[in-house]
Amino acid sequence: MSKRIDVKDLNVYYSKFLAVEDVNISIEPKSVTAFIGPSGCGKSTFLRTLNRMHEVIPGARVEGEVLLDGDNLYGPGVDPVTVRSQIGMVFQRPNPFPTMSIRDNVLAGVKLNNRKMSKGEADALVERSLRGANLWNEVKDRLAKPGSGLSGGQQQRLCIARAIAVEPQVILMDEPCSALDPISTLAIEDLINELKDDYTVVIVTHNMQQAARVSNKTAFFNIAGTGKPGRLIEYGDTHTIFSNPSVKATEDYVSGRFG
Amino acid sequence: MTTTSLTTSRGAGRAGDKVFSAATLAAGCLILAVLFGVALFLVIQAFPALVASPDKIQGGEGFFAYIWPIVIGTLIAAVIALVIATPVAIGVALFISHFAPRRLASGLGYVIDLLAAIPSVVYGAWGAAFLAKEISPAYNWLANNLGWLPIFQGPASATGKTILTAGIVLSVMILPIITSLTREIFLQTPKLHEEAALALGATRWEMIKMAVLPFGRPGIVSAVMLGLGRALGETMAVALVLSSGALTASLIQSGNQTIAAEIALNFPEAGGLKVNTLIAAGLVLFVITLGVNMIARWVITRHKEFSGAN
Repeated sequence: MSKRIDVKDLNVYYSKFLAVEDVNISIEPKSVTAFIGPSGCGKSTFLRTLNRMHEVIPGARVEGEVLLDGDNLYGPGVDPVTVRSQIGMVFQRPNPFPTMSIRDNVLAGVKLNNRKMSKGEADALVERSLRGANLWNEVKDRLAKPGSGLSGGQQQRLCIARAIAVEPQVILMDEPCSALDPISTLAIEDLINELKDDYTVVIVTHNMQQAARVSNKTAFFNIAGTGKPGRLIEYGDTHTIFSNPSVKATEDYVSGRFG
Repeated sequence: MTTTSLTTSRGAGRAGDKVFSAATLAAGCLILAVLFGVALFLVIQAFPALVASPDKIQGGEGFFAYIWPIVIGTLIAAVIALVIATPVAIGVALFISHFAPRRLASGLGYVIDLLAAIPSVVYGAWGAAFLAKEISPAYNWLANNLGWLPIFQGPASATGKTILTAGIVLSVMILPIITSLTREIFLQTPKLHEEAALALGATRWEMIKMAVLPFGRPGIVSAVMLGLGRALGETMAVALVLSSGALTASLIQSGNQTIAAEIALNFPEAGGLKVNTLIAAGLVLFVITLGVNMIARWVITRHKEFSGAN
């Protein structure tokens, strides 16, 4: 249920503007990989190219290859819809569908792919997904209530439940805790720790302590200046990046000297 | 220490606040007063017709026998207009908001808005002089092939000046209202929800079904109700297009009449009780419109919990 991602010579453009330049990275399955770096360095942009969500923005395009267990996401005939159903995403701000109940939110992605599902199967899937997102005990008595009535942290876990309900190969998280309080953040971090047993998890974070706590490997992105493209500066074991980085810029960033 | 205490306040700002609140209160009261005034006028003026002996009313069988066929006619014309205009308007609005390239979208939106600026008498003239003539072969076809349905029973009107033609003209007239309102609603769908759907592997159409339409549902209902209001009350276009007559089930024969057109056509030569009868007809239209809007409110609030506003 988890695949590796290999990115080769990836450039990301917004129309003519080169936003991210020449990224080469291998993301291991069943592990957590964190992207860190200052604002505007292209880490979120890069994350979105991993499930082709950047295409939502008009004019965005890429050059290069992203291989999911060897299959190029940008190969000819590859449908972005299929890509996204295999590579789930959790966003910065919790975004459960406000017009749907908690139960329907969890089933939203599944209903797209697999129309025929008995009520029993659906109930089992809802429970399994919500348990997987550590949310079941809090919402089991109000599955028919709207998802927008939950707290921010609960909503974010509902979004994670919705993402894992479709059993994706990879889960991408774009600053999933930046809108949450510390307690909710802790709950999500615990959850990320459990998710890596089954999934390939990639997380973008501004919070270096968070990267240090949850990830196995860390990638540091940086820009040379405004208007310049973002680059992958250094990538390695989280422990190495934080204690013994080989590039000066990484050391400055993780030790808090800039950013 | 200076002596700025909590009790001194910026005089100007407070005065502005008071003026503004008084102005909004006055505006709100004015609307209620106008509405109440119209209702009162209608009731007082309609009263003689409602209590008059049946033989004095046009047709000789009382007010109820006079009014119900044109109530039905009004509803038929409005329903035809809505059935045609709603799906087209939502389709156009979705095209503009989510499918069309940006440059085309703004141009198209502008053209649609222009449709709303055309006076209704022009629509009426177009319907009577052009559409009715061009569409009558289609009515013949309907009469020949679907004539077993009561609504398409022949013989079709040779002039094409039927309630169906009137409904089609009305649908063109309400199209821009529904389109521009729903377009604004669709554009306001939060990007977050659209991206949530896309990230789950939804196609564009599935994303619209999951995020855009449910979010816009109250707005769609309101837009349709505004369109319905115009269709119910439209006078000139119907008066010009429809060759009116007694209530008939067939939509492609001449016949049927709407309340607004009935009032417009008869009012200039009316006198005495006839005036009261026409005003009573206006009162009935007022009540219908009110009822429709109350139903719309109810539909919107029924799912308030899930509206996305919380």
